[in-house]
Amino acid sequence: MNETRQTLLEVRGLKKYFPIRKGLLRRVVGNVRAVDDVNFTIRRGETLSLVGESGCGKTTTSRCILRALTPTAGDVNFLTEKQRVVNIATVPKSQLRPLRRQMQMIFQDPYSSLNPRMTLLDIIGEPLLVNGVGTASDRRDRVEELLKLVGLPPEFMSRYPHAFSGGQRQRIGIARALALEPALIVADEPVSALDVSVQAQIINLMLELQEEMGLSYLFVAHDLSVVKHVSDRVAVMYVGKIVEIAGTEDIFQQPMHPYTEALLSAVPKPDPRLRSQRIILEGEVADPASPPSGCYFHPRCKHVIDRCRTESPVLEEVQPDRFVSCHRARELTLAGVQE
Amino acid sequence: MSQQNAPILSVENLHTYFRQDEGVVRAVEGASFDLYPGQTLGIVGESGCGKSVTARSILRIVEEPGKIEQGNIWLRTSGSNGSSQRVDLTTLDADSQAMRDIRGGEIALIFQEPMTSFSAFHTVGNQIIEAIRLHQKLSPKEAREKAIDLLRQVGIPKPERRIDEYAFQLSGGLRQRVMIAMALSSDPKILIADEPTTALDVTTQAQILDLLRQLQEEKGVSIILITHDMGVIAEMADAVVVMYLGQVVEEGPVDDIFHNPKHPYTRSLLKSIPSILAKPRTKLATITGSIPHPYNRPAGCSFHPRCPDFMPGRCDVAEPKLQKLNERQVVSCFLYDNLPE
Amino acid sequence: MSVAIEPQEQETVSAQRIFVATQWQLMWWRFRKHKLAMIAAAIIILFYVGVVFADFLAYADPQISEAQRSLLPPQPIHWYDGDTFRPHVFGLTGKRDPKTFKRVYQPDPNLKVPLKLFAEGYEYKFLGLFKTNRHLLGVEGARAEDTIFLLGTDLQGRDLFSRLMLATQLSMVIGLAGVAMSLFLGILLGGLSGLYGGAVDNIIQRMIEIVRSIPTIPLWMALAAAVPTSWPITRVYFFITLILGIIGWTTLARVVRGRFLSLRTEDFVTAAELAGAGQMRIIFRHMVPSFLSHIIAATTLALPAMIIAETSLSFLGLGLRAPAISWGVLLQQAQNIQAVALSPWLLYPAIPVIVAVLAFNFLGDGLRDAADPYG
Repeated sequence: MNETRQTLLEVRGLKKYFPIRKGLLRRVVGNVRAVDDVNFTIRRGETLSLVGESGCGKTTTSRCILRALTPTAGDVNFLTEKQRVVNIATVPKSQLRPLRRQMQMIFQDPYSSLNPRMTLLDIIGEPLLVNGVGTASDRRDRVEELLKLVGLPPEFMSRYPHAFSGGQRQRIGIARALALEPALIVADEPVSALDVSVQAQIINLMLELQEEMGLSYLFVAHDLSVVKHVSDRVAVMYVGKIVEIAGTEDIFQQPMHPYTEALLSAVPKPDPRLRSQRIILEGEVADPASPPSGCYFHPRCKHVIDRCRTESPVLEEVQPDRFVSCHRARELTLAGVQE
Repeated sequence: MSQQNAPILSVENLHTYFRQDEGVVRAVEGASFDLYPGQTLGIVGESGCGKSVTARSILRIVEEPGKIEQGNIWLRTSGSNGSSQRVDLTTLDADSQAMRDIRGGEIALIFQEPMTSFSAFHTVGNQIIEAIRLHQKLSPKEAREKAIDLLRQVGIPKPERRIDEYAFQLSGGLRQRVMIAMALSSDPKILIADEPTTALDVTTQAQILDLLRQLQEEKGVSIILITHDMGVIAEMADAVVVMYLGQVVEEGPVDDIFHNPKHPYTRSLLKSIPSILAKPRTKLATITGSIPHPYNRPAGCSFHPRCPDFMPGRCDVAEPKLQKLNERQVVSCFLYDNLPE
Repeated sequence: MSVAIEPQEQETVSAQRIFVATQWQLMWWRFRKHKLAMIAAAIIILFYVGVVFADFLAYADPQISEAQRSLLPPQPIHWYDGDTFRPHVFGLTGKRDPKTFKRVYQPDPNLKVPLKLFAEGYEYKFLGLFKTNRHLLGVEGARAEDTIFLLGTDLQGRDLFSRLMLATQLSMVIGLAGVAMSLFLGILLGGLSGLYGGAVDNIIQRMIEIVRSIPTIPLWMALAAAVPTSWPITRVYFFITLILGIIGWTTLARVVRGRFLSLRTEDFVTAAELAGAGQMRIIFRHMVPSFLSHIIAATTLALPAMIIAETSLSFLGLGLRAPAISWGVLLQQAQNIQAVALSPWLLYPAIPVIVAVLAFNFLGDGLRDAADPYG
């Protein structure tokens, strides 16, 4: 990994609470801490994967970064084209449009993410149109170019989404995201709705586009196998907090947080000869509306000590470029997966 | 053949079609496989491959206008005097008492989405008790005892309390456990699990798979595991059936499927799945194109337009038949036609 | 770039046609399969053709009454005169009943009144554009017997068929006007409710609940009582549509609100937002086209309710009043059982009400099924 890469995005102390309202007067009686003090950075040209189980806050985090949701607290510092740092979390809504050109999104569901009533030309050309890029014929040329880029014949641009399979639709979604030549793409589970044989095509496409265009990805996923194929670094979330961030190789081979270890162990390995003794986590994921005391993971952790029950750990750099939020990170030796 | 090694369920040349205005969907076309006692048979394939319809055909719960057009489904049951007899489920009326006794009696089903399989108006306990009393003559009190016992067996903490809760009060993992408890209530010989962990997170998935394995060891139940996830197959199955567009392309022991696959589809699929064992940031081999719509299935071998070993004039003309390759493996591909016996 | 172009699947011409089809084409292809709805659509088109040509289809001035011809039974058309094709009706000869001294009319087979196409009759303004006196059917002749009453006459001796034509015109149009009114209110208020949410949504939702909780008949009665008897017919007419609209908007408002709410969280709407599209573009390019077809279907299903409402109001004497002619006004004559027993043809105006309402319902069902061709 190139250490001299510029930081493109820096997330500091990001919080998003959803109020729980009760009663006739809709009074706030508590908060669901969907995202609770999340910190990470994304460098130019790299892929950071945000992984975790459903409800861990990874999707909410990604929506806050794009300001599709307004964060409760924290900074989302983004380095613009003009080398200026802008805090997306606080910038007035009226100034968002030029920033949004530089960060786009790929959605999970290839069916609901394309307006069925618009042709590919209109769908992929929309970002260009609303940002006033070029004339109608310029836009047409650009859409043609984009379709070729994602591996679809340009003649298809007069067709509607219903003419395409899930994988092809996902290519269309990627073409739309690329239309404005963004620096950052937030991909929210981009392959989880696709068939296995099609997943590979989309993963490869994303890798190729990244090399070609120097894109940065924030890749939100629950499937660790997919994550391993696309990421430079991985951040693991549990109940609204990041528990570990490290380079892909490091985190998979030698996880430093017990939750990461359990997560890796739980992934079914596609080799019957590796049927192993897996770590089966006891119990259930904690409720973000009333999380346990101390470390949120302590009721399920087999390395728990008294300190974990009372004191919540902070994310600290235990080795160069490895951040872990665990009191025992330095003393534990945990098992990863072999290649 | 000894009693122990005889298959408990044999599907022979099963054809299930859906005749609709727009055309005929040949959802299952010529599936054959055997399930042995105490074994886990994995049926794997992508969307539209017919794996779920196969399961539904066995249980005779194929939705309209689907119909079993051809084939036999032999179920071995033990008679009252201990002797075993074979019933062809395709000859039974889907709504007959005999079939209803088999469904939820001899053969139980676990669905993908546990939420929709439970009524929102009854506690999960009452639903299990109802299922128990449908097949066994027990008093309400005894049935409740048994329900609590079942919930304990599937690893639900504080079953005495959970039994009076509603499905929506339970997490996805607990709901799936309750569903398994319900399926076990009639002491089935065969458990059909249709994507039992697809809706669950990995750690919960690991819990459920572990539970299934443990129950199999304790009760000797045979499992048909239907999934699209090769990882789950590798972890769970003893034997594997690979399906593509309604047809069985390859069958064999799990080790052969993963380490000595024969059919080009199986090979390509294994190469194209993202693996946690791969090196970081490696590209995957891909299968070109996408799965054709069931209405316009390619002529000849339905995999030929995407096949790396496509032989023009052969694969696009004739349909290959399932043939025995050796003692263990069965494959449907022209590549193996001219092999010496 | 090494990304492979996906191999083209074998595409038939019909498949390609589907791939470039707009939502309206897809809907039409789907709607076409719904036989009952297609028949219903044809019937409704017929009705509206009748609406346009009401005066042309009528042949007798619907307002001219003649006590002499009170409650005449329908005269059937005889197509052949001997062996030649010459449509005619039998003329009526009046006699006095020796016992009751009432004048009764009997068809006289010797008195053949020939029917004429495009005959001259009373003068009217066609669509308010030009004056004419041509009618589709008619009898010409000056004799007292030269009359035709295809559906008989009412108590005042007015030709029921001609009156029915004009009643159809008014009832079908008032239904449309009422729906237009509720559509306007429904889209406006439902849209505000769904788009802004919060307090606005709360107020509008409570309003809908209040309107819906008022029993309709007393509400109609109260509103109708507010119509001064001195008002001219056009103003009453307008007021009645207003009443219908005020009662009918709530359903549509709910449909619109629901659509807005579900579309607001739709991924493609988020995508448009992230692309930088403005509020107006998102509403009119993405959201409105997505529910327009549903609105059309809901509107079609709301029309029969409007027609029934107008008919019931007028039947009860609360809606339109003579000299206006609507289905309800015509049916008012069939209010007493004796009249119906003696002159059953007075109930005929109920038939178009039933046919129109059924046709609208079937059409609405068909449209609703076709409304989401992507579902």
